[in-house]
Amino acid sequence: MPPVFGVIFDGAAYGMLLFLMSVGLSVTLGMMNFVNLAHCSFAMLGGYVTVTLMNALGWPFLATLPAAFIAAAAASVILERIFFRRFYHASDLEQCLLTIGIVFVSIAAAAYIYGTDQQPVQLPPYLRGSVHVLGLDLAVYRMFLIAIAMLITVLLVVTVETTRFGAQVRAAVNNQRMARGLGIDVDRLFATTFALGSGLAGLGGALAIQMVGLDPSFALTFLIYVLIVVSVGGLGSIAGSFAAAMLLGVSDIAGKYYVPAIGAFLIYLVMLALLMWRPTGIFGRR
Amino acid sequence: MTTQAVADPHEFVRAQIRWRWSEVVFWLATLLPFVLAPNYLVLASQIAITALFAMSLDLILGYAGIVSLGHAAYFGIGSYTAGLMSAHGWGEPLTGLAAAAVTAGISGYLTSFIIARFRHLALIMITLGIGLVLVEAANSASWLTGGFDGLQGIHTWPILGKFHFDLYGYTAYSYALIALFAIFLLARRLIHSPFGLALRGIRENGARMPAIGAPTREHIRTIYTIAAIIAGVAGALLAQTTETVSLESLGFQRSADVLVMLILGGTGRLYGGLIGAIVYMVARDQFSGLNPQYWYFWIGLLLIAVVMTLPNGILGGLSLLAARIGKRS
Amino acid sequence: MSENALAVSGLNKRFGSLVVASNVELSLPQGVRYALIGPNGAGKTTLINLITGMLRPDSGRIFLGDGDITIFSPDERVRRGLVRTFQINSLFPHLTALESVALAVCERRRVAETWWRELTAYSSEIDEAHEILSALSLAAAGNRVTRELPYGQQRLLEIALALATRPKVLLLDEPAAGVPRDESKDLFAAIAGLSRDITVLFIEHDMDLVFRFASRVIVMVGGRVLLEGTPAEIASDPQVRAVYLGKARQDLGQVRAP
Repeated sequence: MPPVFGVIFDGAAYGMLLFLMSVGLSVTLGMMNFVNLAHCSFAMLGGYVTVTLMNALGWPFLATLPAAFIAAAAASVILERIFFRRFYHASDLEQCLLTIGIVFVSIAAAAYIYGTDQQPVQLPPYLRGSVHVLGLDLAVYRMFLIAIAMLITVLLVVTVETTRFGAQVRAAVNNQRMARGLGIDVDRLFATTFALGSGLAGLGGALAIQMVGLDPSFALTFLIYVLIVVSVGGLGSIAGSFAAAMLLGVSDIAGKYYVPAIGAFLIYLVMLALLMWRPTGIFGRR
Repeated sequence: MTTQAVADPHEFVRAQIRWRWSEVVFWLATLLPFVLAPNYLVLASQIAITALFAMSLDLILGYAGIVSLGHAAYFGIGSYTAGLMSAHGWGEPLTGLAAAAVTAGISGYLTSFIIARFRHLALIMITLGIGLVLVEAANSASWLTGGFDGLQGIHTWPILGKFHFDLYGYTAYSYALIALFAIFLLARRLIHSPFGLALRGIRENGARMPAIGAPTREHIRTIYTIAAIIAGVAGALLAQTTETVSLESLGFQRSADVLVMLILGGTGRLYGGLIGAIVYMVARDQFSGLNPQYWYFWIGLLLIAVVMTLPNGILGGLSLLAARIGKRS
Repeated sequence: MSENALAVSGLNKRFGSLVVASNVELSLPQGVRYALIGPNGAGKTTLINLITGMLRPDSGRIFLGDGDITIFSPDERVRRGLVRTFQINSLFPHLTALESVALAVCERRRVAETWWRELTAYSSEIDEAHEILSALSLAAAGNRVTRELPYGQQRLLEIALALATRPKVLLLDEPAAGVPRDESKDLFAAIAGLSRDITVLFIEHDMDLVFRFASRVIVMVGGRVLLEGTPAEIASDPQVRAVYLGKARQDLGQVRAP
């Protein structure tokens, strides 16, 4: 099989990771128009939780994943209660600045506690190595990543499309005022969605360690990619986040493989082109 | 209801434009470093340059409402223009400034066509994206830019043939301060012109502007170009006074720092960028021994505090205070 | 040579399966005052948005005088004399009333791009702004910041902004909306005082205004024009009564034609 399929596979794995980290931000941005730039700090928190549980407490890797999710979700609930709640009607700029302030503090805290080096993580043996499939060497971990992300995607879609909660989320994203008028408790809905989205980000952060590494600057470096996914995909759209994440994941890997000279910023060029074509995102509201 | 004599509208407009005593005090105070802190003139020149850059961002952010995360692009373009001219043998500073103004202005003008078409998140991301692309491109074009190591061989000639750049920064600070003041005067004029009024209209209610026949996109293109020119001049000043140019003059860090300074000082008041730059850079110099990680911790806390308590920055807080004192007396 | 100040033909617009404008035809002869009425959701404001260019129609044409303006941008239409006011005040909160009107005057006179001369040099523009404010009894409010003005004066400022552009055709979207009874006198005087050079179409629910000012009434329901006629004809039409149920029907019956 030609290497392009390997590139697509790696791109898909990276894209899935981006999706997990971005979907929460996209939905909360679409619902409440709250620009939470601290979103990737939750991802980073999830990563550090996994590292601590595994290295300091000897937990098995798989067991740390739900812990990462819960820790990030819990942290988001606390921050939402203390800070974010008061800024739902503030300007975009104020929200950006508040959450950037939180990012800076989180980066400094992580550096203080864990130092600035990349964190090592020992994968369990069944997730290491690669499998030879149809002439390609596919990394087992990436297959695992894709599998988990697909599972979560299916769960998300099922929840959003079939449950009452999901219907409320869709209504609130579509027209918040109307949703309130229908008696939906949008504030509580938002808090729940926010926690879920942040939890997913935490899970993404934990899963990302093996693929892209973890150090305190994670909260900022990944923020840029997450913002790209969210703006290109369209606010409030799960399908949009998925499509954008896959598109960007594959472009980035493909770019670095085929045109390494510009590979580093191919992702920005793709974003610029897509945003100029569709400013509200591929699946965004016009 | 008392009927007051209708105040003369011309007098009201004139009163808006008059120089306040606080402004005069401020500009006189900028001369103090020569006398009080002669060892810090190099720092003072850097502050003046950064203040100029911050002011250029205020023109698009505070007055026209364009949130740009990539304004350093024009600073960097100005920096590299002046630097390249000098590195290739022409180190005359004033023509260097002019050349930087031209290249930054043209870049800003071309980009403005894109900028004026978008709003909200798309606009923020586009400004970010353009900035990031430029940095990577500059990195790749290391034959031109010196890449990661930066430009070498910059030597700035004496200003007007007479004023040599000395080690103490005396010339540097004078040069930067004069440039800052001159451009400030132009910016002040702009703010109080019909164009300045139009910009405030765009900021206050962008949707209403077309409904009164305003060509909003043209206005945005104009102010964006002007802001790019000023940023380019600031960049050139930095290149000339420090005789170095590196990738960080284009980078996200610089765009983000100047945004923080402007917010700190207060947007939309023209002096906000100046005040913010002074406070930020003095603080950074005082804490320069600190690990950079901890610096960002305190900046983070400061940002949170400013947003929660003083959303209009230091100047906003001061004017609230003045209003409260005014009500009591 | 057309004598219509404004004409609309075959205008259609839908959002998915929601039809907001269906084959709308309209013509306003020079200098008239027409009223556009209809229940909420009939598409009246949408029609204004289509005419002013804030919404693009799926099909149809819009004529201002002789010229086809269908593809022109909103600000281009304003420069040609087609101006509207907003049902919910769309003002500049931190600009004073004078500054707001002066801005509109400067834009009209194409001096708003000059950044090198201070506003004080533009005394004729300031004078014109002051005159417009005075004509609407807003002169005393000139130096007050818009957000501090009482609602009735803000509504007048809304009209002042429109007048500053020297409109040929003026579309007023519910000018009296939300204005308390004691503040509406100035508003009515302002509308009555509009020059006959200006052609006016106003959306209103207030039947007093309709009967006082309109020579002809257009009724819209569900995105289409139901019928047109003089106020008296419309008031007695059984279809219109059926459309306006309850209290509104009583209002129509009770108002005496002038």
